[in-house]
Amino acid sequence: MIRDEIRTTLLDALASVAPEADLDTLKPERLLRDQLDIDSFDFLNVILRVHEKLGVDIPEADYAKLATLVGAVDYLEIRLKQGGGTSKASG
Amino acid sequence: MTEFRMPSLGADMEAGTLVEWQIKPGQRVKRGDVVAVVETQKGAVEVEIWDDGVVDQLLVEPGTKVPVGEVLARLRTEGETPTTAAAVTPAAVAPSGAPKLAIPPESAPAARAPRFKVSPMARRRAEALGVDLSLVTPSGPEGVISTADVDRAAQTRPVAEIKSAAADKLAAMRQAIAAAMAKSKREIPHYYLGATIDVSRATAWLEQQNLKRPVTQRVLFAAVLLKAVALALKEVPELNGFWVDGAFKPALAVHLGVGIGLRGGGLVAPAIHNADTKSALEMMQALSDLVTRARSGALRSSELSDATVTVTNLGEQGVETVYGVIYPPQVALVGFGKVTERPWAENGGLYVRRVIHATLCADHRASVGHRGALFLSTLERSLREPEKL
Repeated sequence: MIRDEIRTTLLDALASVAPEADLDTLKPERLLRDQLDIDSFDFLNVILRVHEKLGVDIPEADYAKLATLVGAVDYLEIRLKQGGGTSKASG
Repeated sequence: MTEFRMPSLGADMEAGTLVEWQIKPGQRVKRGDVVAVVETQKGAVEVEIWDDGVVDQLLVEPGTKVPVGEVLARLRTEGETPTTAAAVTPAAVAPSGAPKLAIPPESAPAARAPRFKVSPMARRRAEALGVDLSLVTPSGPEGVISTADVDRAAQTRPVAEIKSAAADKLAAMRQAIAAAMAKSKREIPHYYLGATIDVSRATAWLEQQNLKRPVTQRVLFAAVLLKAVALALKEVPELNGFWVDGAFKPALAVHLGVGIGLRGGGLVAPAIHNADTKSALEMMQALSDLVTRARSGALRSSELSDATVTVTNLGEQGVETVYGVIYPPQVALVGFGKVTERPWAENGGLYVRRVIHATLCADHRASVGHRGALFLSTLERSLREPEKL
């Protein structure tokens, strides 16, 4: 359930930076960057949107863990369980 | 009475199509206000006005293709008597006795002419997605097309159509780039200098800074590089300015043109104004804003017309060295490759350092290699002391 929500949030964020891409054909294990032609600005915008929606704080050192769709879902699920999502509630 | 004319948004622009007025007769405007949206080969541009005053007359109707320099509107000063308001019709385009210069709209831009109401956000969205607004059904109560309407239209339309609209836009942009770059290679005697710069301290410093910052305020290394370039240009002013009418005209301010790749292969190089006065964080915010607007097709006229030098960073794709082409009438282009780890010998020791290859490509009519070398060494020095940036 929560994984679906994370996945949808990620796909929405990716759609906003790559509006012309067909996200249904994304291979979850392959690098997002290679499949979608996104650069560091696009990537930062994805991180910002995910942060906005899920309230998860993502340190810069962890960016590499979000390089694939499956990696990003795994990472965000763990962060949410750890309470990484409380940063929004506390301001 | 002052005249507001179709601006030249780069050496390669001959005409633009007026898409939308954002002012009405009688409205007060001040310098810097966005008054119109103009469709160019580089996409839709928000055009700013350069005088204060009151809008007297709008002389061109949306949907009209207008040559650069043609009067689009008249402004009066506060006390002046208004001109008897004539309805804005294509006939009113020709002011008293002057030949009618406006080119009739071509079929493609005319399809984008607003015979319908549409929010500016939705227009940009349509632009980005290549949606023909005349085919969008508004869902709102007042018949105004919203972003959601555009998205719906984008989803229901065949993929082939999306691709062909995007291809047309790209072809137009390709033409503009071709014209500017051919002129550059024909007229500018380029010289090239390169230096490998140790950026270990600068990147480590930035990582430390970013640790303390919320995600919304993190700075990319690209912004730090821009700041270092802006400062180094202050030391070597003959790289910052324009070659016009057989002479170099130095620019007073540093407006850094930043090469921004667009989805699908387009390229624009809008300016970050007064880049030398911005902090790294301000530079990041300006850069982020510029990239977002470049990609959604909402750049402003001043950003497209007044860059004093261009910086291009191709490191993202793994490139180590950039050999640039100067964007005329500018006289220099600074290129950066990728930050890589390399063995580095210094003071008899061998270390692993993060390095970047910086190149300067400059116009030999405006500067000599010795001064270009000074620019690169200044750049290197400032990247070694990132906390001063």
